[in-house]
Amino acid sequence: MKITFPHMGNIYIAGKAFLEALGQEVIPPPRCSRRTLELGIKHSPETICLPLKIMIGNFIESIEKGADTILLVGSCGPCRFGFYSILEEGILRDLGYDVEFIVYEPIGEGINKLKENVFKTLNITNIGEVLKAARLGWRLIHKADQITELANETRAYAKDSSRVDLIINNYHRKVEQVFGEEEMMDLMDKTINSLNKVERKKNYEPIRIGLIGEIYTLIEPFVNFDIERRLGHMGVLVEKSLTPTIWLDHHVLKFPFGSRNEKEKHRLARPYLKTLVGGHGRETVGAAIGYEKRGFDGAIQLLPLNCMPEIVAKPILNRINRDLEFPIMTLILDEMTGEAGFITRLEAFVDLLNRRREEDSVV
Amino acid sequence: MSRYYMGIDVGSVSTNIILMDENKDIHYKKYMRTLGKPIDMLKEGIGEMERDLKKVEIAGVGVTGSGRYLADIIVGADIVKNEITAHAVAGLNFIPEVKTIIEIGGQDSKIIILRDRIVVDFAMNTVCAAGTGSFLDRQAIRLGIDIDEFGSLALQSNNSVRIAGRCAVFAESDMIHKQQLGHNQSDIARGLCEALVRNYLNNVGKGKEILAPIMFQGGVAANVGIKAAFEEALGQKVYIPKDYDVMGAIGVAILAKEEVKKKGRSNFKGTSIHNVDYKVSGFECDGCSNVCEVVEIREDGRLLARYGDKCGKWSNSIDKDNIKLA
Repeated sequence: MKITFPHMGNIYIAGKAFLEALGQEVIPPPRCSRRTLELGIKHSPETICLPLKIMIGNFIESIEKGADTILLVGSCGPCRFGFYSILEEGILRDLGYDVEFIVYEPIGEGINKLKENVFKTLNITNIGEVLKAARLGWRLIHKADQITELANETRAYAKDSSRVDLIINNYHRKVEQVFGEEEMMDLMDKTINSLNKVERKKNYEPIRIGLIGEIYTLIEPFVNFDIERRLGHMGVLVEKSLTPTIWLDHHVLKFPFGSRNEKEKHRLARPYLKTLVGGHGRETVGAAIGYEKRGFDGAIQLLPLNCMPEIVAKPILNRINRDLEFPIMTLILDEMTGEAGFITRLEAFVDLLNRRREEDSVV
Repeated sequence: MSRYYMGIDVGSVSTNIILMDENKDIHYKKYMRTLGKPIDMLKEGIGEMERDLKKVEIAGVGVTGSGRYLADIIVGADIVKNEITAHAVAGLNFIPEVKTIIEIGGQDSKIIILRDRIVVDFAMNTVCAAGTGSFLDRQAIRLGIDIDEFGSLALQSNNSVRIAGRCAVFAESDMIHKQQLGHNQSDIARGLCEALVRNYLNNVGKGKEILAPIMFQGGVAANVGIKAAFEEALGQKVYIPKDYDVMGAIGVAILAKEEVKKKGRSNFKGTSIHNVDYKVSGFECDGCSNVCEVVEIREDGRLLARYGDKCGKWSNSIDKDNIKLA
């Protein structure tokens, strides 16, 4: 069994080491590239949201490298993601690829099927081992996120922000060469060390922007034109409202109660949106208010074109923008998005936040 | 010899160069078509400026527009700013209490909302160019009239024809349909102006609080028909600044003036750059499957800049103090 999974930001780093530590052979897809996107566009329905297209590209590229089993998370929320695994399996079958799909459906959909899938993919036979494996997975994901966050922070404060890119590029290259948990942890620690050594500006108060919106678009840099890196180079400190750590904490670790972080978003969203609208629509609304309360300078909503839950959230964000006088910009992404226009909007938004701050300091 | 600040706006359709003195008065103005050759146009523009004005002292330079990074590499700018900020600054200089700026250029249109001299919100056209200058250009050709006469022709109409303006392609078929029905040219021209304005207000201006004073700038502001259509749709007077077509360049010249005052010197390489030979070459990086097309610019053989790579491997490999292209 040669396992692969779709790309979603830094998840492959933890996923690879985790499955390898459990004795599985893992073939992570090559990093998302133009070829990935072109393969995906060619074989996906035109009007489906962008993440599916990228995933199809990931799968095809992994299969080319020898993968025969695809690992995926399912969903039952009112968002097209719930339909992804079925659609993707159909597309790959039609293309003549003979691969096995293993879908981790939410625990609420029945524990037995999930248990069977977990045992099968993780090469283990009892619950005790599952818990041990889960702790390992959690540590890896947590650390991978920690590196992403530290890199973002260092970029904002660095005297020479391109040094951070060099460290991170090097880290990504080495991730593909190391094997298993121990080597991965070692590489991660070294990366954190180098990041901490980057010289920082003193007495610098960066503009702070919260990134909100659809989880895949937030996490996968290929899809969001590397927004974290670009803002970092402009000296902006970015924080994402959703990360793999936050997602796991809410949906797995704290199941069935949910994490405090996400429940707080629901509470904040309540005056505007009382109920689930699929995906992370409600969380987007709550996160925007949360960033305002924490004193952020602004927020940017990211969504793939025609993402239903985020479309519901968008007009509410306009309202929040007015009610709280909190700048929120929406950027819609798909394969047609032009990079130049995207950068112009980012720069203008940062200028806007800078000017607001200057005016405030005068008063 | 007078000291000037130069503003350069390298856009997709036009490249503009202006010279502004310490009192923010415009002394020289050049509007050129970019024609897809930004480097040549820049050299030509600066060369002609030197010929026209003989000896000038340039105290500072600002660049804006979609070609701003390229322009910076060529001229050595003191400030590189996006079009939205540049237009807002220029608009504020014209009407200090301006609350809304409508800017329609060749391929993009923007709305900038200001309150108390600060940009509080902005939007740009997202998916379609149906509300921009190139749309009008194209329809003028269809109607067989010169774009310069388009506006005045529209004003002659007493009875506009409603044309579907949501999509440039459908607008064209709808316009042909109206021509076949026998409507006259001026009614159709007015209908097109109204369609463009409707499209702008429904897309770019959607959800924005458009308060007076309202300014209208960008190349399309030359069209009196569009101005009239805006005034009718908004029920407000719309102001058009004298230098409506080079507002981006003016804005960035003002910003350059502030920047030079802070910095105490200018990065400008001098007007002689039009004699320098710039060579642009490209190669495909084979580092990963993105196969980025990396562009290299050489100034008389010396490597000036590299960009186009997603990962920063090439663009970060050159020492630059103040710009980041990646």
